[in-house]
Amino acid sequence: MSGKPRLTYLNGRGRMEPIRWLLAAAGVEFEEVYLETKEQYEKLIKDGFLLFQQVPLVEIDGMKMVQTRAIMSYIAGKYNLYGKDLKERALIDMYVEGISDLMQMILMFPFSPPDAKEKNLESIKERATNRYFPVFEKVLKQHGQDFLVGNKFSWADVQLMEAILAVEEKVPDVLSGFPQLQVFKTKMSNMPTIKKFLQPGSPRKPPPDAHYVETVLKVFKK
Amino acid sequence: MSTKPKLYYFDGRGKMESIRWLLAAAGVEFEEEFLETRDQYEKLLQGGSLLFQQVPMVEMDGMKMVQTRAILSYIAAKYNLYGKDLKERALIDMYVGGTDDLMGFILMFPFLSAEDKEKQRALIVQKATSRYFPVYEKVLKDHGQDFLVGNNFSWADVHLLEAILMVEEKKSDVLSGFPQLQAFKARISSIPAIKKFLEPGSQRKPVPDDKYVETVRRVLRMYYDVKAN
Repeated sequence: MSGKPRLTYLNGRGRMEPIRWLLAAAGVEFEEVYLETKEQYEKLIKDGFLLFQQVPLVEIDGMKMVQTRAIMSYIAGKYNLYGKDLKERALIDMYVEGISDLMQMILMFPFSPPDAKEKNLESIKERATNRYFPVFEKVLKQHGQDFLVGNKFSWADVQLMEAILAVEEKVPDVLSGFPQLQVFKTKMSNMPTIKKFLQPGSPRKPPPDAHYVETVLKVFKK
Repeated sequence: MSTKPKLYYFDGRGKMESIRWLLAAAGVEFEEEFLETRDQYEKLLQGGSLLFQQVPMVEMDGMKMVQTRAILSYIAAKYNLYGKDLKERALIDMYVGGTDDLMGFILMFPFLSAEDKEKQRALIVQKATSRYFPVYEKVLKDHGQDFLVGNNFSWADVHLLEAILMVEEKKSDVLSGFPQLQAFKARISSIPAIKKFLEPGSQRKPVPDDKYVETVRRVLRMYYDVKAN
């Protein structure tokens, strides 16, 4: 039996993707179990694996962890990606929560009705360029350091990198007004663990397609 | 100048209420500035006080903290309500995640149409009794201790009590199938700091009413057309 963390989710990004990013950035190898049928999901519930009957589920260090934020906080804490003290932790938490609000819009996007897609895409673009990216642009400009918090690589940097790439998939020129973020993106891309994660064949999942949406609805349909 | 934390929000529960609960449970006095006009909000925005242009915002320890979860985590850690190690912290985070999801169904309730409110009430009760309460009932039954995690009072206990009381406001006998939770509720309510918070005159806010909804809509110019989950 492997000591690696084991991730249970659909074969796609969803709420598990930030966890894959963080584990990869920390240089931690992991295994994955993919939910493809309703029966698999119901069996997990019946066998008592899912505390609140939901995935993501990450089996790590003898725990069956659920709740995305709880899982990410644990990984960040364990692998020293959570700052050096309470105040750095607070900054990382603020940044990560903000980015998570932006990522939530992207998460829900594939499930919007066809007539709402254009409006939702506009909202993603608007929020990224007016609310979220300016904050991180300013943070990086003001301290002039490579990383968002405490001059050290942290969970906040991983989360921001993921968000930048996710928004760029929808709005390719979104970084055009953000020179600091462009430099940040390049620096992050060159960090060995992230570089590896960005290569083909890594556990990184592709953007959600119609098949993914169909699987989600099938597995979780009431 | 006071060194008490200062909370910026509407004069009502919303996302700030969990923060009020946690500060109160930790025995920390705090001040509040209530947003009543659009002007006040725009002043805060222009002054650069709101990192992502949103409230809650809490000024404490030289920081202008935003993002409810970040604020709660900071308070929990500072006042030793976050377990003794990473694993206890993980358990607390998981439990709080659950009660947060449950309270999320209640958060938007006041903004729904009358018809949607009835549907949502039923959904809240169904989620509470079939998904969330059974989990905490079992946790307490299995270890037989007074508190959810590590035999020590923590953020998870405060958050669960808050959730229980909020669901009871929607259905008063909702704990009838949960004897452990009934005992938990009585126990945690009698902790001095919590007992004080539950008394009239405390900074605990009442069930949101139409005036609260109207204020939020007017100040934020949002939430005019909220649909049920």
